[in-house]
Amino acid sequence: MEQKKLAIIATKGSLDWAYPPFILASTAAALGYEVQIFFTFYGLQLLKKDLSLEVTPLGNPGMPMPMGMDKWFPVLGLTLPGMQGMMTSMMKAKMKKKGVASIEDLRELCQEAEVKFIACQMTVDLFDLDPAEFIDGIEFAGAAAFFEFAGESDICLYM
Amino acid sequence: MAAFDQELDASGLNCPLPILRAKKTLNSMASGQVLHIIATDPGSVKDFDSFAKQTGNELMESKEEGGKFHFLIKKA
Repeated sequence: MEQKKLAIIATKGSLDWAYPPFILASTAAALGYEVQIFFTFYGLQLLKKDLSLEVTPLGNPGMPMPMGMDKWFPVLGLTLPGMQGMMTSMMKAKMKKKGVASIEDLRELCQEAEVKFIACQMTVDLFDLDPAEFIDGIEFAGAAAFFEFAGESDICLYM
Repeated sequence: MAAFDQELDASGLNCPLPILRAKKTLNSMASGQVLHIIATDPGSVKDFDSFAKQTGNELMESKEEGGKFHFLIKKA
């Protein structure tokens, strides 16, 4: 049986949105898929050695808030300084308690399983990102390079 | 429960960690050997069934006992 292929485009750089690409990529690799993730725009944050990902309650009405805080704090309250940091800490604590892997762990598991990470060269230039800040073992390329793999993939997901 | 060669306790771990750990352990085992996995994630019941179907490793047993899920997988 020919090896199946999964291609993912990761465009978001927040803690919550960091999960789908790494969970699906690592699982697909465990199932025998060949996997590539193309990181572009804010998704490039997921490739940094030191991750400082946060989750924001702003513009995120589906986010469950502890202790009915969404009722007590209207939208303006969520803009208070420190609110995003607090929400991030609470989310991380909850994840740990429920046995959900950290992004660092999932990313490492992906790399162990030979998931290929590709950083969008255009975005690196656009935001003046320093390639030295990224983890080892990634490639820098453009859209055409991604299509070489995505065009032959069985599943292609945009996140 | 039938005999097994290795055991993996994935209690307390959530999706997709039980599958990833199982895959890693299976990689270090020989063909025909049996892995016993213990998990608490209710989603793992369907997941190990799917894992076996897609990887060709045989799911010999899947049961709940004492609030935990037990799986026996024979490496292809």
